[in-house]
Amino acid sequence: MVVVKAVTCPVCGSLCDDIELTIEDNRVIKVKNGCAMCEAKFLGYNGEHRILKPLIRKNGEFVESSMDEAIRKAAEILAEANYPVLYGWSSTSCEAIRVGLELAEEIGGVIDNTATVCHGPSILSIQEVGIPSCTLGQIRHRADLIIYWGSNPWSAHPRHLERYTNFSEGRFQKSAWRGYIAKIRALIGKKKLERAFKRIFFKREISAPPHLRREPPPTLHKEERKLIVIDVRKTKTAEMADYFIQVEPNKDYELLQAFRALVRDQELDVDEVAGVPVEYLEEVADVMVNCNFGALFFGLGLTMSSGKLRNIDAALSLIRDLNARTKFVIMPMRGHFNVTGANTVFTWQTGYPYAVDFSLGYPRYNPGETSVVDVLLRGESDAALVVASDPVANFPRKAVEHLVSNPLIVIDPHMNATAQMADIIFPSAFVGIETSGTAYRMDHVPLPLKKVVEPPNGILSDEEILRRILREVRRIKGEKAG
Amino acid sequence: MLGFKIKFEISRRENITHQGEEMIEKPKLKVTLLTGRTIEQGVGKEKGKMSKDYIENVSVCYMDPEDMKKLGIKDKTNILVSTKYGSIVVRALKSKRAPHPGKIFIPYGPWANAVTDPETHGIGMPSLKGIPAEIEPAPNKPVLSLGELLKQQFRKG
Repeated sequence: MVVVKAVTCPVCGSLCDDIELTIEDNRVIKVKNGCAMCEAKFLGYNGEHRILKPLIRKNGEFVESSMDEAIRKAAEILAEANYPVLYGWSSTSCEAIRVGLELAEEIGGVIDNTATVCHGPSILSIQEVGIPSCTLGQIRHRADLIIYWGSNPWSAHPRHLERYTNFSEGRFQKSAWRGYIAKIRALIGKKKLERAFKRIFFKREISAPPHLRREPPPTLHKEERKLIVIDVRKTKTAEMADYFIQVEPNKDYELLQAFRALVRDQELDVDEVAGVPVEYLEEVADVMVNCNFGALFFGLGLTMSSGKLRNIDAALSLIRDLNARTKFVIMPMRGHFNVTGANTVFTWQTGYPYAVDFSLGYPRYNPGETSVVDVLLRGESDAALVVASDPVANFPRKAVEHLVSNPLIVIDPHMNATAQMADIIFPSAFVGIETSGTAYRMDHVPLPLKKVVEPPNGILSDEEILRRILREVRRIKGEKAG
Repeated sequence: MLGFKIKFEISRRENITHQGEEMIEKPKLKVTLLTGRTIEQGVGKEKGKMSKDYIENVSVCYMDPEDMKKLGIKDKTNILVSTKYGSIVVRALKSKRAPHPGKIFIPYGPWANAVTDPETHGIGMPSLKGIPAEIEPAPNKPVLSLGELLKQQFRKG
């Protein structure tokens, strides 16, 4: 039995690096410090849905094959394709991504990572406006106002609050955890009383819990760390917040611009913006201006809804305006553990963070044209390689229709919807469990991923599989040329 | 005694209205479809995208209890969600985060993406949140398994 300390968790963009694993007989038997997703990954990754042999589709059925045969077939498909798509990359190591880019250049394909359906609009906007940001450590120690906009860290980044923001014990800022517990206890007590009261006097089923108070509470002006959540629905994170603003769907842009006006001391001549009374917004703008160090985290609630990159333009501009009055930073809540790494490696290799087209022999970047969803919607690609991702589950149906109508090669440790539709599947080792590598946290801090157990017999890493495919592609092309 | 009488009255009246509605026409409701992450989906995907945990947690739709009343359905009844881009049967669950009338929530996954908007507005990003949708009860239609769903949509797999 060995205990491995300071393991980096390969699940979400928070990349918690304080996980302790207990290993016995080449198996993880205990996880300490991890969230629910982290535990599910370390304890359940080797479950029944693991693929252990390369599979090739023959007459509609999957047939087990040797690694060499699968590599040869995949290389043939990619070498012959005119306009292949190479997609995924956010759940593998930077080292594997680097080989993927080499492969894309070699075969003249379009290479795109999951940011394209995630924070792609944020990147576009950052390129236009610029981003005042910092590392999560700075926020942990100094930030006294945290805003989550269109993001629900309790579900998507469960330890974000505990490690980096309100519930973390910073050097200059105390954790708000105790206050939160007291608040929840009081709330539960109140709910119990209300329920008992209603049961006695009304004898009917209790429906929805009472809405959070909409008026900003006096506690919003306290000295300690404050949490404001802005979202279209009352998430668990919103329940933890000192103040929650429920914005009407697709109205984030209006709300952001209203805040910009208020922060510049301009007056709004309407009563309500996006379903929120202006007097409440004035009070929140006041809290923003009067904080010492504020941090705004935004999620897919801004990038996926109406306005998309323009929402982010407004958010970045709001932070710029706020910096004229106080200190404020902004950061996107990145989803996959190495999506930031994918953007970083793409940028240092090609100059562009995602949606890179090599079909003319040099990298070209024009999201909307060279982004994978658009290529698929226009029906232009004629083969695809998907690495550590599940676009069949996560792309809109029309885009998937074209993806699966062409030869599809998948590299993934697990069976998933995309693998089910594949023509060739390569099983791979789990990065951060069975093979080491590098990943970038959401604040662009690179962290090492550890190898804690041996992969099953014959299972290679993404990097090694890609290297072999690349070698084979070069051999096929060499034969053709000479 | 009085309480019991009132309860009885209410339940009888509800039955009548429900039956009446069903006889006239199937109730439909115009809503806004939101998609996103849930912790159950997050745990499920780490266990494996074919695991029961994942499948069961992404083929559902969280609804406001008042909206469920309007449709005349109970918790865990199947509903048909239709948008301009397709329709899908999912299991309706009572939202723990109510009230949010007129808004339904389906976690990210193949079921949600059967009805999301592929329009990228020239920047590569499909419109995956805040889509106008219509819902109706479909107690007799089954929620498709992942295999059935893929077969039905893409005739492969």
